[in-house]
Amino acid sequence: MLINRKKLIFGSLIQLLALALLSVSSYAETIHEERSKYRDITVTQTGERRCLLFNVHRGDRNQTCMMLDNPNRLVFDYTRMSFAGLMLQQAPQSILVIGLGGGSIPITFADLFPTAEIDVIEIDDAVVKVAKEYFQFNETQNMKVYVGDGRPFIKRAALRGNKYDYIVLDAFSGDYIPEHMLTREFLEEVKAIMTRDSVLVANTFSTSRLYDHESVTYQRAFGEFYNFKLPTSGNRIIIAQLGLLPPREELVEASRQLEASLDKYGVNITDYPRRLTTRADWDMSRRELTDQYSPGNLLRGN
Amino acid sequence: MTKTLILPRALIAGMAFVSGFCIMTIEMLGARILSPYFGGSLSVWGSIITIFMLALALGYLLGGRLSTRTPSGLTYSLFFIGAALFSLPIILFADSVMRPIMVNIEDPRYGSLLASIFLFFIPTSILGMISPYSVRLMVDREEHSGHMAGLLYFISTLGSALGTLGTSFYFVLWYEVNQILWGAVASLVLAGLVILFFENIMRTNKILRNRGYVNK
Repeated sequence: MLINRKKLIFGSLIQLLALALLSVSSYAETIHEERSKYRDITVTQTGERRCLLFNVHRGDRNQTCMMLDNPNRLVFDYTRMSFAGLMLQQAPQSILVIGLGGGSIPITFADLFPTAEIDVIEIDDAVVKVAKEYFQFNETQNMKVYVGDGRPFIKRAALRGNKYDYIVLDAFSGDYIPEHMLTREFLEEVKAIMTRDSVLVANTFSTSRLYDHESVTYQRAFGEFYNFKLPTSGNRIIIAQLGLLPPREELVEASRQLEASLDKYGVNITDYPRRLTTRADWDMSRRELTDQYSPGNLLRGN
Repeated sequence: MTKTLILPRALIAGMAFVSGFCIMTIEMLGARILSPYFGGSLSVWGSIITIFMLALALGYLLGGRLSTRTPSGLTYSLFFIGAALFSLPIILFADSVMRPIMVNIEDPRYGSLLASIFLFFIPTSILGMISPYSVRLMVDREEHSGHMAGLLYFISTLGSALGTLGTSFYFVLWYEVNQILWGAVASLVLAGLVILFFENIMRTNKILRNRGYVNK
């Protein structure tokens, strides 16, 4: 725990330093600013690097960045990590992404699987507009955006009997994932739109004070899941399936097959299998989050 | 003209505090109850607040009306017990109320509005009746009616503030949503019983006094 924390502090110091250097060396120009129903949205540009920021005044970090001279390349670790689920489901034909941001995840999916049906849910229509105007996101025949809350969308999809091969949970509001999308009941609803071959990829923070509660809840809903962290990232990606997880050798094999196609996005997939673990590094005695008990950001490890 | 009070003023003040507290406790949990079905968007909060305001408005009107007839401790206690009873569906039938609404109404704005009506309108209206009725029970002289009304608003709004704070800061951290609701229901029932109890004592005292058994 102590080592972990030290590592963390060291890591964030490096990040801070890098950030400081970056801001000194290049000036970020604000090219768009608006206050939407949910947040302050800022689009900045530094050279060829264009970024989407939420609530800058509160010191939030970049949501998405894109290199204008190389738009395919995914700039952030967590966006790249979101594709780790491909090792478990290599050819998804239906994809659901909750939380649009700058759209880099759905754009990449559309590029990778042109025939796949992609549904994107975004609660803030202003974010959809910004993604289209500044981040080259486009709706197509196969890729649709629905403005609304992710949870009722999934509930309805389940009632209709819809299934998705690949589900990405990437919804953030305010400080963290909305409370009603952290609960056991929500995960059960997500399970209802999955098949045995589907994979769920959830983006969470490894430094979140909800880490233990969140892990316990996923564990109760899915049983064993893959926990995926990178030393360079503060994100923890949860990769879950309805059935048993494939053994690591299969992942290694799959990552080799995927390597060539993911290269242009900067996804170093062959490095991923060894980073995935089913080892529980959380306090398993923590309380599960439910619709009845989900005090979200009030929880601080107590 | 001075009339005899049916209930001690301090008791009425305390009851106004309880009702204010419970109103906001239920309202604060409203978003938590609705979000699994209608999401956490701003409009869901909008629905809840709208319905609470409308219900309270109607409650104030009806409560004021009812107070013009012979006000009684029994009616007063029934507001509390009635509000408690009509809060039970929030605990017991939330899913059966919200599921069909969600299925039939695509737009979460109107879905959450309708769900709020079904779940919160009646108990909140009844809770709203308590304030004007309390004023009536506390006033025995015309000159101080404004003073009493002010005191009552003060106390019930203080209750609302603490109900909001307590629920959103602490109760949701310590208890499950339904446990908190049961707490509100129990407090309301208890409040009703306390009123009945005191009303009885006051009435007995009055009778005894009239018969000369008790010194004035």
